[in-house]
Amino acid sequence: MIQNLVDGILVGSFLSLGAIGLTMVMNILRFANFSHAELLSLGAYCALVFDGIFGSLLPVMSQKIGTLSLTLALVLSIIVAMAVTGLSAVLIDRLVFKRVREKGGELSMVFASFGMALIIRNAVGLVFGLSPQLYSKDIAFAVVLSRDPLLLVKPDQVFVLVAALVLMLALHLILSRTLFGFSLRAVAENPTLAQVHGVNLRRVIAAVWILAGGLAAVAGVFYGLSFQITPVMGRDLVLPIFAATIVGGIGSVYGAVTGGFVVGIASNLALVILPSGYSPSVPFLMILAVLALRPHGLFGEARA
Amino acid sequence: MIGVLSYLVFFSTVAAILAIAVLGLNLQWGNTGLFNGGVVASFGAGAYGTLILGGTSQATHIGGFGLPYLVALAGGMVFAGILAWVVGRLTLKLRHDYLAIATFGVAVTFENVMRNAHAVTGGAQGIRGFERPLHQALGDGFLYNLIFLIAVLIALVLSYIFLERLTQSPFGRLLRAIREDETAARSLGKSPDRVRLLAFVTGSVLIGLAGGLYGTFYAFVSPQDVLPILTFQIWAMLIVGGAGNNAGAVFGTFLIWGAWTFSGWALARFAPVEAQLYTGSIQFILIGMVIVGMLLWRPQGLLPERLVVSQPGASRDTTQTERTL
Repeated sequence: MIQNLVDGILVGSFLSLGAIGLTMVMNILRFANFSHAELLSLGAYCALVFDGIFGSLLPVMSQKIGTLSLTLALVLSIIVAMAVTGLSAVLIDRLVFKRVREKGGELSMVFASFGMALIIRNAVGLVFGLSPQLYSKDIAFAVVLSRDPLLLVKPDQVFVLVAALVLMLALHLILSRTLFGFSLRAVAENPTLAQVHGVNLRRVIAAVWILAGGLAAVAGVFYGLSFQITPVMGRDLVLPIFAATIVGGIGSVYGAVTGGFVVGIASNLALVILPSGYSPSVPFLMILAVLALRPHGLFGEARA
Repeated sequence: MIGVLSYLVFFSTVAAILAIAVLGLNLQWGNTGLFNGGVVASFGAGAYGTLILGGTSQATHIGGFGLPYLVALAGGMVFAGILAWVVGRLTLKLRHDYLAIATFGVAVTFENVMRNAHAVTGGAQGIRGFERPLHQALGDGFLYNLIFLIAVLIALVLSYIFLERLTQSPFGRLLRAIREDETAARSLGKSPDRVRLLAFVTGSVLIGLAGGLYGTFYAFVSPQDVLPILTFQIWAMLIVGGAGNNAGAVFGTFLIWGAWTFSGWALARFAPVEAQLYTGSIQFILIGMVIVGMLLWRPQGLLPERLVVSQPGASRDTTQTERTL
């Protein structure tokens, strides 16, 4: 029970990171982006590639840091992966979403995002193969925090949680303290009026994609550290991440953070009563519960 | 020769069954503007419903009620309708994103439950013990398949006529009115939420009919038949054919199903052995590209929706002047 709670918090940390980007895109561009979870998978594979490159260029960098299975090479790779994934997100927007946006309605965007999800997921599978991969082949031993009740935590998991919280704090400061944060909120409220006041819409949209892609990349690597990297990880994550945004209220960044942890914890606690085969259904049950009880989520507000 | 002919019968049967599902989606998306990300859940509800109600009893799972075939098929359609009603009830009043996410969630959950609820659905092994109607009289050979094809075509034609009538009726006009401008429709005293729910459920019942026929044709259904890719295929058919145009929906189905089958055959035949594992991925990428490409270059589809303008006072034949967009 306690173990499920702790595991849930850890799962929640990368769900939150994924949900933040998704909710920001949904807030600014007003469409449910079903290809967002594929950015997590892009980021995870990108880090895998650069981890290999850095490791072979400078073998020193493959030394493990303390008790973590994390290496300096992987830390650098995460930063590179954030940049590459963010830029890929901008590129995908320019190539596909922007054009569809100019042509059709919001629902065409949802269709297009499903199409992009299929393309990215299977292209990743073609390039990297269908079998799961790992950042480190060594077994990461868990530390026994308590024997009764039994509580095991891996050092990597603690790192993932702390790093996720630090990123969220940084994002909070950016959104609440900088001019960029203000223009972002202005665009979400009223794009036309924001432009009248001199906000460069194109630049704000690009910045949102870079932020969303960067956070997704970190989330993807953390998922890979906690479980394994597979081409279908986007397919498995898309529903939990959407559930996190809905629980928090679509458009609310703080809601997405809370929603991610709520969904992570609830999915793991549900395993106490449900057979584990049913765990993919839990996010959907949460969506239904939220829609029935509080349709606009914890922090969301009604919007046409 | 008989080989080619029997393959054509097989191909047309599956395509005609899918066409019924595409027509159902067209009522939801094409005419009413409702996004259904879980076509496969309605399809699966129809197939599982029909097979559970109409099958012979089995030791491994419940079901096998052995009901007369048409009752079982209708039961499958009712299952699909109830599922759609529950989801629609919760989401249709909210922003369209919620419907997209919730319907997608239904599809994922449906597959997950079918795979795990062994006692009801036979789990990953699927439902066995269903006997195709009239198979004692007609045997299992070519004759049976030919007659089954004719029955499916009749169902397709009936669905088509039903939808054509529906979209030309005042109700069809109401659907388009809500799709185009909900506030205006509301100001005329219409209640968009109720009408949307009705259109959503009706479309899902048709998709359930397609699922029931599909299950009957194979006399078997398993979680493999309700994977999300089917939803994407059905969308691609509608988008390529032309959302809002029933003839386009049927045309798009045969075109995309033909292209899918052909690409599968060509990849199996010509791709090098080491690439065989990846033929599925290549086909999925192709479907994704068809969807994205159509949205970019021809969002109205190959046969676009015909704009219908009603003119009061003219005779029945000329009340509806049609022009292409």
